[in-house]
Amino acid sequence: MITIQHISKRFGKLQVLNDVSLTLEGGQCIALIGPNGSGKTTLIKTILGMVVPQSGTLLFKGNPIGRQWEYRRDIGYMPQIGRYPENMTIGQVLDMMQDIRKVPEAALDRELFEVFELHTMLDKRMGTLSGGTRQKVSACLAFMFRPEVLILDEPTAGLDPVATELLKDKILAERNKEKLIVITSHVLSDLDELVTEVVYMQEGRPLFHKSLDALKEETGTDKLGKAIAKVMTNEEPTKGVSV
Amino acid sequence: MNKIIKYVIADLLRSRAILVYAVVLFVLAGSVFSIEDNADKGVVSLLNIILFVVPLVSIIFSTVYLYNSAEFIELLVSQPLKRKTIWLSIFTGLAGTMALAFLIGVGIPIVLYSFTPSGMILLLCGTILSVVFVSVAMWAAVRIRDKAKGIGLSILLWLYFALLFDALVLFILFQFSDYPIENGMIAVSMLNPIDISRILILLQVDLSAMMGYTGAIFRNFFGTGWGMAITALVLLLWVAVPAWFSTRFFERRDL
Repeated sequence: MITIQHISKRFGKLQVLNDVSLTLEGGQCIALIGPNGSGKTTLIKTILGMVVPQSGTLLFKGNPIGRQWEYRRDIGYMPQIGRYPENMTIGQVLDMMQDIRKVPEAALDRELFEVFELHTMLDKRMGTLSGGTRQKVSACLAFMFRPEVLILDEPTAGLDPVATELLKDKILAERNKEKLIVITSHVLSDLDELVTEVVYMQEGRPLFHKSLDALKEETGTDKLGKAIAKVMTNEEPTKGVSV
Repeated sequence: MNKIIKYVIADLLRSRAILVYAVVLFVLAGSVFSIEDNADKGVVSLLNIILFVVPLVSIIFSTVYLYNSAEFIELLVSQPLKRKTIWLSIFTGLAGTMALAFLIGVGIPIVLYSFTPSGMILLLCGTILSVVFVSVAMWAAVRIRDKAKGIGLSILLWLYFALLFDALVLFILFQFSDYPIENGMIAVSMLNPIDISRILILLQVDLSAMMGYTGAIFRNFFGTGWGMAITALVLLLWVAVPAWFSTRFFERRDL
């Protein structure tokens, strides 16, 4: 569904993405993992057209995105830190997004809105919300328009355990609807039950892109966290990354 | 496009700074007119305050607002919207709000005390200046990523237009006082929207007689239909050019 071909991006002297090529297919839940500063968020922003790469092309359903904008109709994005106009209330932010997306009321997916009980605080201003509640609003907005692609940047950061479980259930349900879901997270135990494929990024390039089962088989472990740790120690014995 | 403008304006009208700005202008204009009994003298006194305050507030407030809504802009960019639409909507929203605050704050006293051609020109110039400096702020904010540096640049730009430019012009004027540079002065004044506004209003209140030969040349130029048309065009360019450059830059920028 999304094909990334030889994307490179440099911020000043810093090479953030270095000749990245990936193919992401529908029906998969892909974990994008890697150390801090390995280019995960930049890669996501490139897919969304927020960062313009210096070279390479990105195809969405076979069409190059260039400076297109219509393709973003099919993408739901949950940012790492969702920040909204401080003076707007939750209700107004939701209304605004509905206005922008022009999706009829009946076609909306309000499941997260209900399970997170956002209707009880529609009049609260965004500026007064806690980080977790803001994450809930972001999650709600990402899923609300039933997009075919979901891009979730650290979705569980700041959420309480109950909300985390609710969000994971929702992600699983969407995965079973043949959607493409891309998740980045540092909480590997959260990803274990969700993902089907793993992309491991290091220093701006994907080190490997494998299915979760193949990865577990190769490393002989049953947990994603252990498998990644094992790969890292094998790849770089000199650096001595310990489990 | 209209939707984003609507939300930007709704967000701006809720901010206290805009309200305070309108009230301060209202109080200033009201007190100036109640001190001066001659309406034209009132307009001139008010002119000097407005040419100082309006550009300053427009450029600083807009720059700060743009930096504070960086995340909001990021959110909009991740939605199915054209970048150009987003940027021009924010420009329209900001310019509309600043112009509205000015029109309410100064417009009401002028209509009450000085409903004359010079009063109307003052209102018109103030409105255009608000929009011009919002446009300049958009350019400054999009070019510079760092908030402190960006606000610094917009203060410098204001300083240049409000004070430094006049000092430079005076310097040139004295250096070349032996040469016939009056026509050149008209061209130079076009480089500063604040100067254009000042000349337009001073000519309206017949103070050009005080400005000697240069005043007569100004009168000859700005008094004609052609002169007015060119002046209006130049002021429009002052709105359009920074806005156009900032849009072009925003379309290519990484967020």
